[in-house]
Amino acid sequence: MPAAALIAARSLVATPAQARTIGSVEGRRAFAFKEVGKRFGDKIVLDGISLDVRAGQFLAVIGKSGCGKSTLLRLLAGLDRPTRGSLTFGAAEEGHSRTRFMFQEPRLLPWASVVKNVEIGLTGIADGTDARRRALAMLGEVGLADRADEWPSVLSGGQKQRVALARALVGQPQILALDEPLGALDALTRIEMQQLLERIWLNQKFTAVLVTHDVGEAVALADRVVVIGAGRIALDLDVPVARPRRHGSAELAHIEGTILDHLFSRI
Amino acid sequence: MSLATRLSRNGAAGWLLPAAIIAGWEAAARAGLIPANVLPAPSAVAGAFWRLTLSGELVRNIGVSTLRALSGFAIGGSIGFALGLANGLSALSRGLTDTTLQMIRNIPHLALIPLVILWFGIDEEAKLFLVALGVFFPIYVNTLLGIQSVDPQLVEMGRVYGLDRRALFFRVILPGALPSIFVGLRYALGIMWLTLIVAETISASSGLGYMAMQAREFLLIDVVVLSILIYALLGKLADSLARLLERLSLGWHPAFQKG
Repeated sequence: MPAAALIAARSLVATPAQARTIGSVEGRRAFAFKEVGKRFGDKIVLDGISLDVRAGQFLAVIGKSGCGKSTLLRLLAGLDRPTRGSLTFGAAEEGHSRTRFMFQEPRLLPWASVVKNVEIGLTGIADGTDARRRALAMLGEVGLADRADEWPSVLSGGQKQRVALARALVGQPQILALDEPLGALDALTRIEMQQLLERIWLNQKFTAVLVTHDVGEAVALADRVVVIGAGRIALDLDVPVARPRRHGSAELAHIEGTILDHLFSRI
Repeated sequence: MSLATRLSRNGAAGWLLPAAIIAGWEAAARAGLIPANVLPAPSAVAGAFWRLTLSGELVRNIGVSTLRALSGFAIGGSIGFALGLANGLSALSRGLTDTTLQMIRNIPHLALIPLVILWFGIDEEAKLFLVALGVFFPIYVNTLLGIQSVDPQLVEMGRVYGLDRRALFFRVILPGALPSIFVGLRYALGIMWLTLIVAETISASSGLGYMAMQAREFLLIDVVVLSILIYALLGKLADSLARLLERLSLGWHPAFQKG
């Protein structure tokens, strides 16, 4: 199959999955932006974004600094309200409360042990021994079960971000919003974290929305890549590459090239 | 392990210098280098300590002073803490009271002694008022500062994860403000003794300050020196207690982690 055929510029309506089969979740909508705009004072940050995302999809949002990609994520997580347009969720009981946010920084409470930090993710969901048990299980998933009772200050940057990931996922969110969470990590730790994130996503089947400025990271992880430019969707691409994906493979490199060309030819 | 490191490990190193000073002082007094009517020898001070302990006078005066110090501290400290919290958490409260408090803060509280004597005479209220006023400001200022310096990113994280106001306060804001509150606490303990001693020296009919003033009247220099030494020990005791509390509650802080 020629590489060009792998990349199909898509309409705004989501089409069924390509590389991954998700069973019953297949085709169900996770959330949809409809003509969403956001302005801060006179500055228009988002200008009519329409985006329909299928449940279980891994979406990457990329764009240059200040293009509004983080704002998009904050709207999704309910941290900000859109100035126009609407945001709907797949099921009525979902919505912001079932959306978890992972920040650029770990934002762990330095005065709480690692496991207590993870338990924050169970606020309103579980408490007491049940919360501890679930938090420990999640810490096991990210490979930090043996560090549960230590202070965050003794962990490395990558370990802290793994604790933050456990905190985000322990409540089993429908949607996980990630705001460049790997941006501050070194290259090797970063690849490790990408693999961890992909593995947990494959297990838990949540919808992931990853904001990043790293095109390589976007194509390595995502089913679909959206490029934001000047407050609008400039490009919407599927990444129909089978998993597990190999870093630096020709297919991924080709898609990455297409996106980079797009980012730098326009605007 | 050398002797010096072992001593500093168990905190004994800090006591070497005071012990050496006392030994030198005793030797100088015995040799007649220091006249007894200027500075009595440590053994004479120890004798005074023994005499006053036997008569019950010392224990009674220390008890009276400690009670005054702690009650004044409790009153001023809790008002300062409450106002610090209120002004740290609410912009409205801060807007209403902070300017006034900052103006009052710039009056040296000991300058109020003449006024306080006119108001309260030499009763207990005078001492309580001065101590409370003295400890109020360090606690207030540092509590406010602590709350204002809590990382807003952590507060946002708490909100995103659905912590209610109560949980946000007890799990994010208060622990974040605690290191600064402890700075205020230790500072306030120092002010507490200072204020009390000055107040008791000027206007009291019991307590350590009064004991020292009485001894001056009767030229009992050994008792005067004893009182001063007891102040030093009480101050050190209060500071050690505050540090112990600090270590127990700030175990997460890199500054308090060993090894």
